[in-house]
Amino acid sequence: GCPKDDFQEELVIRPLHSGDIYASFQFRTLWETDFMRGNKVSHYRLFPKSLGQVISKFSVRELHISFTQGYWRTMQWGQPFLPSPPGAELWVWFQDSVTDVDGTWKELTNVLSGIFCASLNFIDSTNTVQPSASFKPLGIGNVTDHRFLRYATLPREIVCTENLTPWKKLLPCGSKAGLAVLLKSEKLFHSSFHSQAVHIRPVCQDWQCKTTSWELRQTLNVVFDLHTPGQGKLEWSLFKMFSRTLTEACPLASSSKIYIDITDDPQGEQFEVSPATHLLSQAMVLGDRRTFSVYDLTQQITFGTVRSLNLLIRWKSRDMLRPLLHAERYVAGYGLQTGEIHTLMYNNHPYRSFPVLLLDSVPWYLRLYIHTLTVTSKGKDNKPSYIHYQPSKDRVRPHLLEMLVQLPPNSVTEVTVQFERALLKWTEYTPDPNHGFYVGSSVISSLVPSIVAMDTNSTREQPLFSSFFPCKEESSYFMRVYTEPLLVNLPTPDFSMPYNVICLTCTVVAVGYGSLYNLLTRSFQIEEPSPGLAKRIANIIRKMRGVPPL
Amino acid sequence: SHAAIKIQPMRQFFSSGHTNNWAVLVCTSRFWFNYRHVANTLSVYRSVKRLGIPDSHIVLMLADDMACNHRNPKPATVFSHKNMELNVYGDDVEVDYRGYEVTVENFLRVLTGRLPPSTPRSKRLLSDDRSNILIYLTGHGGNGFLKFQDSEEISNVELADAFEQMWQKRRYNELLFIIDTCQGASMYERFYSPNLMALASSQVGEDSLSHQPDLAIGVHLMDRYTFYLLEFLEDIHPSSKANMNDLFKVCPKSQCVSTPGHRTDLFLRDPGSALITDFFGSVRKVEITMETINLTEPIHFVNEERQKETYSYVDQLPVSEIIHQKPKQKDWHPPDGFILGLWTLILLVFFKTYGMKHLKHIF
Repeated sequence: GCPKDDFQEELVIRPLHSGDIYASFQFRTLWETDFMRGNKVSHYRLFPKSLGQVISKFSVRELHISFTQGYWRTMQWGQPFLPSPPGAELWVWFQDSVTDVDGTWKELTNVLSGIFCASLNFIDSTNTVQPSASFKPLGIGNVTDHRFLRYATLPREIVCTENLTPWKKLLPCGSKAGLAVLLKSEKLFHSSFHSQAVHIRPVCQDWQCKTTSWELRQTLNVVFDLHTPGQGKLEWSLFKMFSRTLTEACPLASSSKIYIDITDDPQGEQFEVSPATHLLSQAMVLGDRRTFSVYDLTQQITFGTVRSLNLLIRWKSRDMLRPLLHAERYVAGYGLQTGEIHTLMYNNHPYRSFPVLLLDSVPWYLRLYIHTLTVTSKGKDNKPSYIHYQPSKDRVRPHLLEMLVQLPPNSVTEVTVQFERALLKWTEYTPDPNHGFYVGSSVISSLVPSIVAMDTNSTREQPLFSSFFPCKEESSYFMRVYTEPLLVNLPTPDFSMPYNVICLTCTVVAVGYGSLYNLLTRSFQIEEPSPGLAKRIANIIRKMRGVPPL
Repeated sequence: SHAAIKIQPMRQFFSSGHTNNWAVLVCTSRFWFNYRHVANTLSVYRSVKRLGIPDSHIVLMLADDMACNHRNPKPATVFSHKNMELNVYGDDVEVDYRGYEVTVENFLRVLTGRLPPSTPRSKRLLSDDRSNILIYLTGHGGNGFLKFQDSEEISNVELADAFEQMWQKRRYNELLFIIDTCQGASMYERFYSPNLMALASSQVGEDSLSHQPDLAIGVHLMDRYTFYLLEFLEDIHPSSKANMNDLFKVCPKSQCVSTPGHRTDLFLRDPGSALITDFFGSVRKVEITMETINLTEPIHFVNEERQKETYSYVDQLPVSEIIHQKPKQKDWHPPDGFILGLWTLILLVFFKTYGMKHLKHIF
């Protein structure tokens, strides 16, 4: 028979201590097929055909693409389930059968720009890097030769309805049934943070991991702002967030659930969710054990007598655990000649230190002086145990800096490097150069110590949001943190000057040469003044008579 | 007889000039205060979609993003009427070229079809000699040129040559060109290829004016010509019989302040016989057949012998492995002592040749 496929959808709602609310959608399609083995796959059911063709044509082993509008504020909102940097980010692992990785990468970005209506074709060698230690594959695999990895970001990329439309079309039910009916662009983009992503990777099918299947996860994270007009008290409902309610699950889904994070208040004193539900679930996510109220949309009883589900959540403001790891980045200095990039990494754990891998990709027009690189923690020099630096080449490739740094407990680690700004060629400036040029976010990958023992059994039935990053140890969990992108001004010429110079020069030449020419060549003649009316009439009569005029 | 009567209209159905419709809609202006140009383009997009042209046959180029611009008080919306009556951005929009991609070069490449091989289908104008194409341009223009993103221009000569290339490559059957810029009529002055019809919002020497501002959004929402064009098109439905002469009457001087112009001398048919839906709508040819078609046998998947190797997930941050990673092959440098030895040799040869007496001056 046909290889079996499975679709699950879930929505996790987590109220944040600042009064904002975080909603995370995940749609997962599992398909037990083999794109690589040569038999052409032609019957697509739940798995979208456009992505399946991309995987088989370009021999992709893993593909991760995200489009984000806004910046995730870790200190106010905690850690996201799936982090993403502002703009567009794409990283791909190719199969080891690919001979020309760079050429395949270029074609892949062009095809993806057509699928997602984004200008991903601007990804070329000047913003692509090949990390040497970060971005290990998230799927299964035995070989990790970093020659087959490519990573690129476009921090300037705008995310709007035209990116959401094709993303929704990849879902089996589209936006017609199930949780995807809530995805209305007018509400989703009127938020503090919006991120949509597609992750494709091979995963284990069973605990022995003898069979594999392809997993496609489409995730959408959004944080709605408390201070959007109309809000005042800490009360949210599905209708207020999405201007829709739910009426049914996607008929093609094997599981369709909504999880509401009620961890800080199991008794229900401070926190109220209506309609009430007795289904509770506990999951280990981000190093912590959290409790969730569960609504199963495949059960008709969830929708009640009104046949529609509108969850109402009321809570009082509560404290938040300080996130163990967060990072900031900014540009210091003045003028348009030099500057300094400062990256700060905060370790808020009281007694444990842990390693972080910092990946920095700086465009070639900011010339980094690596001899000025300093890493200090608590005022003292902190030598990284691994540094990989690939210098940039003008107009060919960017700087790549990867460092493995051990962050001491309860400390701030500061990484500084000086740079000089380059002068671009006239045609390389964008149409709006005074806006500035973007430098992509730094990526900090780390193994953060967890508060509770994590579950390493990867195939037990787990909610989707807790099973994204594979977990190998019990005492720590893997996390990625993205810093802000930087906006730097490069020395920009005044583009109106060529026109001004031409006008000025031509005016001077015209006035100067014209006057001189007139002076040298003009001669004066005497001219009769024009005769009066009577004389003119007389001249006309004389002309008619054939007599010379007066 | 009955059969003969039935066949007659069907023959006529299949004998009209074109078999498919395409639209290329371009907004060439960047920056928030040019909101109206994006709204212009999106209202034509909306009309064209409503009348039947699918997204796969529309190439939409927007030079800047107004809907999700941070200055927009209502994100993911672009309004054409004040008081936010009509959202022309909608929920189902697909923009093919956006931001910095909207350049003169890309526009001409789309028209002539000379795109790099890796360009996806949605970014191509895959028209043939039976296609009717609608081309709509809006932005800031002058006498003989149209400005793209405040950094480059396309001249009317280039545009006329591009259309001639399209004609020679048989890339269109009939082409309707609409332009809404200042002095728009200058852009169609130089056309010389057959089967072109052109409309412009103003004559040479006149400015096209904008319609009405919305005080909440803070900018002018639409240009006058396209505003009245949108109102005219809202009354057209896919089976409408309105023809081009009605289109020429859109926005008289009393409403537009400028004088819209049109050019039909290159168009081989009579404009009165060309329907609005010939360009703004889409033709769907349906062929009815009475014979049955056998589908192929379903593919039987053979459960292959699965490989017995076990897979596992990769360690995300293998610290010890990273620290002991083999260093990459560096560029070859000569061994350290080599340079020193080379210089010693050079000095010795020098002093040998010119005598040892110089040596004591050095040391």
